[in-house]
Amino acid sequence: MRDADDRHGNALYGPQPDVSGASGYPDAPPRVGFFTDTSVCIGCKACEVACKEWNAIPEDGLELTGMSYDNTRGLGADTWRHVAFVEQRKPLGGQEPVAHDDVDVFAAASSLGTDAPSAASSLGTDPPSAGSSLGTGAPSAASSLGTGAPSAAPTAAGAPAGPISPVSPDGRTELRWLMSSDVCKHCTHAACLDVCPTGALFRTEFGTVVVQEDVCNGCGYCVPACPYGVIDQRKDDGRVWKCTLCYDRLGVGLEPACAKSCPTDSIQFGPLEELRERARTRVAQLHAAGVTDARLYGDSPDDGVGGAGAFFLLLDEPEVYGLPPDPVVTTRDLPGMWRHAAVAAAALAALAVGSFARRPR
Amino acid sequence: MSGEEGCDDFRHFRDEASMSGSDAGRDGVRGARPGREALTGAHGRRRGRGEQPMVPDAEFSSYYGTPVLNKPTWKPLDIAGYLYLGGLAGASSLLAAGGQLTGRPGLAAPAKLGAAGAISLSLAALVHDLGRPARFLNMLRVFKPTSPMSVGSWLLAGYAPLTLAAAATEVAGRYRLLGSAATVASAVLGPAVATYTAVLLSDTAVPSWHEGYRELPFVFAGSAATAASGLALAAAPPAQAGPARRLAVLGAALELGAFRAMKRRMGLAAEPFGQGGPRVLMRAAELLTAGGAVLAVSRGGDRRLAVVAGAALLTGSAALRFGVFQAGVASAEDPRYTVVPQREGLARDH
Repeated sequence: MRDADDRHGNALYGPQPDVSGASGYPDAPPRVGFFTDTSVCIGCKACEVACKEWNAIPEDGLELTGMSYDNTRGLGADTWRHVAFVEQRKPLGGQEPVAHDDVDVFAAASSLGTDAPSAASSLGTDPPSAGSSLGTGAPSAASSLGTGAPSAAPTAAGAPAGPISPVSPDGRTELRWLMSSDVCKHCTHAACLDVCPTGALFRTEFGTVVVQEDVCNGCGYCVPACPYGVIDQRKDDGRVWKCTLCYDRLGVGLEPACAKSCPTDSIQFGPLEELRERARTRVAQLHAAGVTDARLYGDSPDDGVGGAGAFFLLLDEPEVYGLPPDPVVTTRDLPGMWRHAAVAAAALAALAVGSFARRPR
Repeated sequence: MSGEEGCDDFRHFRDEASMSGSDAGRDGVRGARPGREALTGAHGRRRGRGEQPMVPDAEFSSYYGTPVLNKPTWKPLDIAGYLYLGGLAGASSLLAAGGQLTGRPGLAAPAKLGAAGAISLSLAALVHDLGRPARFLNMLRVFKPTSPMSVGSWLLAGYAPLTLAAAATEVAGRYRLLGSAATVASAVLGPAVATYTAVLLSDTAVPSWHEGYRELPFVFAGSAATAASGLALAAAPPAQAGPARRLAVLGAALELGAFRAMKRRMGLAAEPFGQGGPRVLMRAAELLTAGGAVLAVSRGGDRRLAVVAGAALLTGSAALRFGVFQAGVASAEDPRYTVVPQREGLARDH
């Protein structure tokens, strides 16, 4: 009985540990999802390409936005993975500010392939610095640049001098790039699924949310229902489309195409519980390394959508990446909405009765 | 994130807001916002014009000004038109039944025809708006109480045939008993048809629709009453249109009162109602509805002035539906309406 309560309670809001079971799968496999660790994202967009290729998503415009290196702009019917690219005048946490004024890249380049130890260490072929992760590796990377470059500089006279990276007025280099691969969150309480009138959107046995393209009639209700702006309508097709978490690949034991293609393991696929554990460890690691900006987004079962199936490690506030800071599944308030509408309907009927209450003049 | 840490983050967020977006993005997409770079601190400033509630101009970050939400793909003419016609039909069914039961055939007849016509047009608009109109019957594949559109589809599936039966028997002058039963049954469903559309809009992440979920059904109920009484005033003989005149006043009071209450409660999400196109539409709705109601009770005995009042009420109701629709779309297009209230909520919780 207790078990049944757990399973069927919190149908619209709140934690739901057995999301597949609540949707009617008695012996479901563990819930799977993505952990996107943006601290190691290099913005290569392999995930975008792999997603398009695997899912045969049509081309949706080859325009330059002019706002950043991001020419994809956001998630939509024809973009199921979107790499955000943010450029900030802000030092990366835990990173020693390095003055690059005296660094001569041409000199560094000219020593490529030679036996100069400075070149080797500055390029990171030195195993300890290359193998270490972002946070812990930062100091060693900084030192390798700082010590290696000046020794190479004298060999290249006549190379262009002057600042080669943005320098703030006080002379310090303060620049960081944030890159993050966004995707459908596969919410525990998915508004798109709740409001779909045809049953085209459904919960899979893996706990993910998928559109059945042979059922969707293009009513478009899921589009404004999604608190993250993920699902959208394909104009010439009429139906809505979004990430399926590669349902077809999951079925035969493969990981989704984006995770498979990610060269830095920024996109990690696996059982959600395991990913959450891994993410907590990673945050602690980054905090210890001085990257205090690191925080998880969408990992908590107590959040407005009952926890996201695809969650993130971010290095700034969610809205900087185009994510809502505190999204809530709209159907949380649905019982209240129906109650208010019922009272309003009764009020309308009462007004009509009142209008007829007097004798005709 | 721990509570203390979250609070700290929020303070940083305010301090860093002017630089944490990006160099290029701030003004890139939606144009420069005067004063965005300045730190407003505790002192709010008012933006926009008109009768806006006091809303501080909070600082916020965004991704190059791009929207957080995907805006509704619904065509305004189809869906705002449907909201309007559904309301007109639902409340007309009430006037039809009332006219029938109180011996006012001159009021009942146009109300029955109006309900049947309006609901037929609205069904056409709904099907036209589908990305795959040929699959409109998929709406009846399942019944889902969590989907207002599913509930609405089943509601319309029951309601539309009743109004058509009521109108057909009225025109044919036969099967009067069946017609009366259909008229009364459609009046039972009518108020639900007129108000569920508020849930349809509110059950989305669109800030200016969702935040009004408590009052919007009352706004739509009032708007439905004014539209239906407008049609009756224009079409029924003045001697039998007394209930329509009274319903016009009661409906206008409900609509305008609930709308003001809604804006007061919504906070920042009320702002789109006071800007640009929605502002014009909402002002027009208020003036036409109030003016039409006043004209109806004061001069409703005059046939020509009754037609003018009816036209004003019908137009006012339509303006309100289009205004609400457009305000929601505008609130989805600007990340500010999504980010700032959520930030304020987080700050309150910590």
